[in-house]
Amino acid sequence: MKDNSTVAIKQPIHTNGTASPTEKPAETVSQKDQWWRNYMPRIDTRAILKRSLVSLASILVFLLAWHLGAAKLYDIEATEKVQKVLDEQGEVAAREMVDCISSGEVSCQPNTLPSPYQVLIAAQNLLKDHRDISTKKAEFRQKVAATNADRRAQGLSPITYTGRPSFLDQILTSIKTVLAGFLLSMIIAIPIGIVTGLNQNLRLAFNWLIQVFKPVSPVVWLLLVFMIVKTVIRDPEIDKSFIISFISVGLCAMWATLVNTSVGVSSVQKDYINVAKVLQLNVGKKIFKVIIPSSIPLIFTGLRITVSVAWMVLIAIELLAQSPGLGSFVWEEFQNGANDSNAKIIVAMFVIGIIGFLLDRIMVVVQRSVSFDKAKIA
Amino acid sequence: MNCIAEFKSVNKGYGTGANRTEVLHDINLQLREGEFLAIVGFTGSGKTTLINLLTGLLQPDSGEVLFQGAPIKGPSHERGVIFQNYSLLPWLTVYQNVALAVNERYPEWTGTERDQHIRKFVDMVNLSPAINKRPAELSGGMRQRVAVARALSMDPELLLMDEPLGALDALTRGNLQTEILKIWSANKRTALLITNDVDEGILMADRIIPLRPGPNATLGPEFVIDVERPRDKTQLNDHPKFKQVRNEVMNYLMDLGDASKLRQTNTYVLPDLQPIMPGTRSFPFSRAKAG
Repeated sequence: MKDNSTVAIKQPIHTNGTASPTEKPAETVSQKDQWWRNYMPRIDTRAILKRSLVSLASILVFLLAWHLGAAKLYDIEATEKVQKVLDEQGEVAAREMVDCISSGEVSCQPNTLPSPYQVLIAAQNLLKDHRDISTKKAEFRQKVAATNADRRAQGLSPITYTGRPSFLDQILTSIKTVLAGFLLSMIIAIPIGIVTGLNQNLRLAFNWLIQVFKPVSPVVWLLLVFMIVKTVIRDPEIDKSFIISFISVGLCAMWATLVNTSVGVSSVQKDYINVAKVLQLNVGKKIFKVIIPSSIPLIFTGLRITVSVAWMVLIAIELLAQSPGLGSFVWEEFQNGANDSNAKIIVAMFVIGIIGFLLDRIMVVVQRSVSFDKAKIA
Repeated sequence: MNCIAEFKSVNKGYGTGANRTEVLHDINLQLREGEFLAIVGFTGSGKTTLINLLTGLLQPDSGEVLFQGAPIKGPSHERGVIFQNYSLLPWLTVYQNVALAVNERYPEWTGTERDQHIRKFVDMVNLSPAINKRPAELSGGMRQRVAVARALSMDPELLLMDEPLGALDALTRGNLQTEILKIWSANKRTALLITNDVDEGILMADRIIPLRPGPNATLGPEFVIDVERPRDKTQLNDHPKFKQVRNEVMNYLMDLGDASKLRQTNTYVLPDLQPIMPGTRSFPFSRAKAG
């Protein structure tokens, strides 16, 4: 023990800045060369370590609780299953069932909440599945390369791979849908918000519309959009399910941006308006140089809410619109009822959560870079 | 001397019906060309209303506010304003804040002409090192200097200052006072300063007019400050004329303050109650004892 401590003192401890007394003279010598240290952000290793340990501990506790809970549910389900066989088919069949369950045979596993380990395996399987499908796609592309070149020369559309999409493809589709929906809501909500913010009569006129449509459920929006798109787009070549889902996502999510933009534009500080008046800015300059810049922080708060709402309703909408994204993945797995379906659903849940979190972080970064009152953004 | 701006029996109030308060009552004022006039008054006496009538942000209820002989219809580039709370646009840099004014005032100039003009005025208020900073990165004094540069860059005939230094600490205040005076004496525009600091008014102005406290504020008598320029803030304290004017204005304002206090004599109608003492006939317990 004593040996250890002396060794630790002799080691220079640069990282956490707590220099031991024996080291001090050496540091004063090199102080001139190390002027840059003052300009470096000081990395407090101990604090970082403490923080990461706490988060690690919380993750472990979460996994443990999950594991124990899953084991308990598994027990209940298994006992039930054996009991049922015993009641219906007698003791021999029940004993066979017990053996079957304990052997890990796929056909007789109880269907319940999967354990963390099962989820991990499912995630690996999904990745492997993606790799398989990718190679299949590449092979297909090679096979049809010559044909496609011919078709292109004749002015025909090339043959595309129509097999089952992999999990990663479905994630990409979802992200594409949410981005398209987000753009749509931006294009609709910001101009309307600005116009209604500028004019009080228009705001009052639009208010009932906003109040009525804001609480409408994503499912109803989807049906409404479906009714319209079905009639408007007749071309079978166009991917209707994508169009329907992104429009519904956009319509569901745009309200936060609309309301925030409207409030931001209508509540510009009187000082700024006075400046615009005294400088005699014309209407266009007043709007684009004073009113809109001053409402940018609120507009971006709205956009941030819009992104998270869009991602949240996306899953439900994809599920119903049969758009090949994460939502339909979850629904198909649930309908599928395969041995690892439940585990795959949990994998999808984590992916959805993490992507939602990343989208929010991206919005915060964008918000910081465009906003003039940077201190207020959490 | 020519009269550049004039108030002719101006009244101004806010609100309607029972909520109406008359802020300014029968204001008559003549601003002479090239002079520096200070209006001092208590907070809430209607000073900002007075200056907003000149900027054109407000219109009088009755009477006329004339600028160069014509009634003021709205804001104009001829009258530059320095607001009490700087009113810089926080998303623009110092340069851009001044540029907003210059581009509006001189749209016919070429880009380099405007650029030089902007830089000249930023340099005049000693902010060249901070020209690309945003207001949030500047101190209060620096922000107010940007506001000064912005107002002056429009080359106004009349410079209106609404308590421009009110929010600053005493030291920064002193520095900016001398700087504004230096700039003013360099190009001798007419200037109107609204302030609540008598010393500031005496240091900077040719005339001081007190605004009697509102509601129904009216202007008091003028005090001419006959102290030669340039005035040195440190030596001014011992200047006999300064002392004399200062005392006069102070006494006038103090009297006004006392008068306005005295005016608030509310008569409370009290219920007609008589104290009941034990032993008297109407005291309930003694009567009970007697019975």
